[in-house]
Amino acid sequence: MSEQKKTFEHVIRERWCKGCNICVAFCPKQVLALRNGKVFVEKAEQCIGCKLCELRCPDFAIEIREKGVVDPPSVDASNRDYAIPPEAEHD
Amino acid sequence: MTNVKLMQGNEACTLGAITAGMDFYAGYPITPSTEVAEICATELPKIGGKFIQMEDEIGSIAAIIGASLTGRKAMTATSGPGFSLMQENIGYAALTEVPIVIINVQRVGPSTGMPTSPAQSDVMQARWGTHGDHPIVVLAPGNVKECFDLTVKAFNIAEEYRVPVIVLTDEVVGHMREKVVLPEPGSVTIVDRQKPQSRANYLPFAADQDGGVPLMASFGDGFRYHVTGLFHDETGFPTNRGDIANASIRRLMRKVEKAEPLIRDYFTESTDDCELLVVAFGSSAMSSLSAVRQARAKGIKAGLFRPKTIWPFPETVLDELAGRVKRIIVPEMNMGQLVLEIQRIVGGRAPVESLTKVNGELFRPEEVLEAIVGGRK
Amino acid sequence: MSESMKYFREQRLPHIWCPGCGHGTVTGALVRAITRLNLDKNKVVVVSGIGCSSRAPGYLDFDTLHTTHGRALAFATGVKLSRPELKVIVMTGDGDCTAIGGNHFIHAARRNIDITTIVMNNNIYGMTSGQFSPMTPKGMIGTTAPYGNTERSFDLANLAIAAGATYVGRGTAYHAKLLEDLIFQALQNKGFSVVEAVTQCPTYLGRRNKFGTVVDMLNWFKDSAVNVKAAAVMTPDKLAGKFLVGELYNKPDQEFTAAYDQLVAQVQRKFDSFKGGTRECAQNSD
Repeated sequence: MSEQKKTFEHVIRERWCKGCNICVAFCPKQVLALRNGKVFVEKAEQCIGCKLCELRCPDFAIEIREKGVVDPPSVDASNRDYAIPPEAEHD
Repeated sequence: MTNVKLMQGNEACTLGAITAGMDFYAGYPITPSTEVAEICATELPKIGGKFIQMEDEIGSIAAIIGASLTGRKAMTATSGPGFSLMQENIGYAALTEVPIVIINVQRVGPSTGMPTSPAQSDVMQARWGTHGDHPIVVLAPGNVKECFDLTVKAFNIAEEYRVPVIVLTDEVVGHMREKVVLPEPGSVTIVDRQKPQSRANYLPFAADQDGGVPLMASFGDGFRYHVTGLFHDETGFPTNRGDIANASIRRLMRKVEKAEPLIRDYFTESTDDCELLVVAFGSSAMSSLSAVRQARAKGIKAGLFRPKTIWPFPETVLDELAGRVKRIIVPEMNMGQLVLEIQRIVGGRAPVESLTKVNGELFRPEEVLEAIVGGRK
Repeated sequence: MSESMKYFREQRLPHIWCPGCGHGTVTGALVRAITRLNLDKNKVVVVSGIGCSSRAPGYLDFDTLHTTHGRALAFATGVKLSRPELKVIVMTGDGDCTAIGGNHFIHAARRNIDITTIVMNNNIYGMTSGQFSPMTPKGMIGTTAPYGNTERSFDLANLAIAAGATYVGRGTAYHAKLLEDLIFQALQNKGFSVVEAVTQCPTYLGRRNKFGTVVDMLNWFKDSAVNVKAAAVMTPDKLAGKFLVGELYNKPDQEFTAAYDQLVAQVQRKFDSFKGGTRECAQNSD
């Protein structure tokens, strides 16, 4: 747990998003959500930069940019969220 | 040494096209136009031009529109059945204002008809073959030299006004050979499309609303513009606005209307004092000229008016003649098509008789003479 | 994406496709592949026919040509033969390409003319709201197949290979990265390349055939597609009801416009040497 963690910036082009839910459904880390019909970055810190959302977005409405490296959060492992949805394993 | 040749009509069309700067041909074999394709296949490689035989006539006209968009002067040649297949894309070229030339060597139709026999029954199709109101120019050579001259003219009109131009011949005009005196190389005036000077804020379809012609950039030159068969505004992008469609159609039609006096082309003989006027085009006019001369020899005041621009029709010339003649005869190798336009223009000022011949043979001069003489009892 | 954003006509976005329509994903894959190749925007021509798919070029910052139904490849042939130095891409749909456009498709393949063809296959005519197409699977519902499609559909990839295409690949809107890689390869093939992009039409095919949501349709692609490499080691029973994705054919061959230009060069040498270089074609046209 000591290695540094990359963080990512989520560029959202809200006007182009049509709320189709593809990015939200297939994000392996549940980073994204829909809010009044538009994509919304709920847990930016959990993003692993896989860009599946960007690759599949039919409207070019989301773009992932590497922001930089930060030290691992100081929180201990006990309350880390291990509930990883099944899809993540297939990719 | 003047440039004298014994030349076939189809060959003269092809040479005229090459002289006008045509260097891209796409076509499909069809009697009686195939010689045009064969000569292009032989000649174009010599001048760095491109020839392709496509899978059908729809592909052929699509390919020449594509080539024209990249800056080349492009042509195809066909006959009735192929001409019918080309209609949708002729409309596309009309709306997108892409200059192209189509040689239509008419044969007896409809359908397969009589492929080796002449006819003039595509007159209305040449004007209204494709759906929707659209601008188009149709030229009708009456001999082999005019196949050369009018194909050059067809390209000049297509380039200047960005319209599809049909060179309407028939099996006889296309296949017969005549002595032709060709102009000295370089003496023929050639018109090229107006190109935009700079890429900055280029509007591909911006033009004076009164029949103006937009500047045409070539694909591959960095203008990166959009061409679509949907109605479009001056940016070239699709629009559903009725007001823009209305203005576009009227501008497109106005282009040819405004061009008419400038491109008007016709032949007349003995029309100054004629009381009986024969109106004929293409190969019907050959027999009619002979008949008019024989009638004059008999003391009958006959005259011939032979339009070379069929669409737009040289209306003012006929209008003036209609005011001072007693009778008009219109020999056509169809059931009466151009006669409808003539009747419209004459407007009852003189009887207009349609002389039809649909057996795949030319009019014999005596047939026309008989109509001239017969009617006078 | 930011790098590839320069290939879009941003002012024309958002596009007209329905929420969740796969055509946007395919267009994105094409643009990313073009970005990786860093193509010169001024030397690319994108041609399309008619249908939802064929609205794509309008959103791309190239010379773009939206033609008549089924005729994109014929127009593109004219563009490519006329100026072979241009990179010509055709974006077409399953109906546009394999129904009305079928004749031009097999002939462009036969010629092996250097055109990259993206067939955006959503198994339906979307623009005209849901009629079945030559690629609609048997049994599926369309507005013109209200009791279920009785017709067999094309195997587009094998049709292209048999006709002479020298690069054929199939991807889906779910396998977006694979699709991008296939297009990336296709763009580099000096010959006729076909990439069949299986995409979802949630509005007409999805709803009427009870596919559920867009996500369900994409999961259907995930579960029904088998990569051609994996399939090679799978038993037939495992492949039942599946379709292959990946690179299906890659055999470069002589390219049409290159062969023609070589011919023209030879003819010109012979003609110029024989005739002293004048252009008097009338003298020897008989």
